[in-house]
Amino acid sequence: MAGKIKRLLALGAVVLTTAALAWAGSEDQPKAGGAPKPVITKATKGEHCVEPNDFMRRNHMKVLLHHRDETVLEGIRTKKYSLKECINCHASEKTGSVAASKDDFCVSCHSYAAVKIDCFDCHSTKPQGSMAMHPLNAETAHYAHKLAAQANSKVSAEEMAGVAQ
Amino acid sequence: MSDMKSMSDKTPSSPERRHFINAATVAAGVTLVPGVMLIEVAHGRPEDQAASSAVRWGMLVDATKCATGCDECVSACSTENGWTPVAESQHKKQAPQWIRKLELQDPLTQLETNLPMMCQHCAEPPCVDVCPTGASFKRADGIVLVNRHTCIGCRYCMMACPYKARSLVHEPLNDTQKPDVPRGVGCVEACTFCVQKVDRGDGTTACVEACTAAGHNALVFGDMNDPESEISKRLRELPTKQVRADLNLNLGVRYHGI
Ligand code: SF4
Ligand code: SF4
Repeated sequence: MAGKIKRLLALGAVVLTTAALAWAGSEDQPKAGGAPKPVITKATKGEHCVEPNDFMRRNHMKVLLHHRDETVLEGIRTKKYSLKECINCHASEKTGSVAASKDDFCVSCHSYAAVKIDCFDCHSTKPQGSMAMHPLNAETAHYAHKLAAQANSKVSAEEMAGVAQ
Repeated sequence: MSDMKSMSDKTPSSPERRHFINAATVAAGVTLVPGVMLIEVAHGRPEDQAASSAVRWGMLVDATKCATGCDECVSACSTENGWTPVAESQHKKQAPQWIRKLELQDPLTQLETNLPMMCQHCAEPPCVDVCPTGASFKRADGIVLVNRHTCIGCRYCMMACPYKARSLVHEPLNDTQKPDVPRGVGCVEACTFCVQKVDRGDGTTACVEACTAAGHNALVFGDMNDPESEISKRLRELPTKQVRADLNLNLGVRYHGI
């Protein structure tokens, strides 16, 4: 299962090939025919994604939507197509997150394609068991969320939509 | 009296209910020892299997054991589910309170009673009745939840709930959420009976674990449909009440000693 998820990561790298003229990124950003392309970092875990990259690039939102309703309404918690599993594999090594900096997996393509997502208004962008989630002892456990807040570098809604760039 | 009667119809010990459970477990499958099988139905639901109405999760609060000044259950909930404790909140009146500790005193006798109050997981939840979008819903296993994907933050459910169990997230949470517990600005939320733990098969909640670990043993969580579960046994032995039983909501949380 974990192997499959890796493929998802690679998938994220490819986006619509249409021009994203306004998108100007850092120096090390890949370019195709002069046009900047989103940075697609390789997944930190797994061999390949749960579906072929091409499929996931075009359809990840559909499978996520379907899975989300099954999980919330019925309590079905399979790993395939679970957003949590995407995050487990795709959180970047640098930030430990899929959406903390503009090169992180989800944000990178979404700013390139100028598609604003609000998944991370509610969902954690970090995998389970990452440093921010480390359970503290009973006395200080309620400070965990403060530590997590400090460890965050935020990405604004504008950045996520790509308009700030 | 008629109240009593209708309640007892719904208690897990009723022969009819037991009969139904047995039928359900047989339908579910396989086992050699009936007791083992019941436990599997209640706690070992495979991750690809939907929550089932053969189970009804419930909690028993023994107010005679709930200790004065103790808030272990409240801080455990805050830790498990990632909400900011009221004491640390900048806007205390708006602070989320999935579970809160009440200290009551009878003005005539001075008798003090301690108890935690939270979403009662009503079988007939008013919060679900009033929700204009269907975001407030009851899962098959009796857990009442808010689907944050469809909640528009209108707060009708907060008005409708007789137990003041729900709160609205007023501020962006800036990625401080737990991976298992998505929650966010503009949505209403309440106790989920630790649905993430229940689905994982823990068969208990963070508050119950904390209360037990602190040695108070005032909380019991379990399947009220399973006559062999600890909670069903305790409910058979102890006199319990539903808060505002007059509303006839058939609550998932029962109190002893109030
Ligand atoms: S206690 Fe309130 S929030 Fe919980 S199910 Fe009943 S009405 Fe809804
Ligand atoms: S606040 Fe959300 S869950 Fe409550 S009634 Fe409105 S839409 Fe429904």
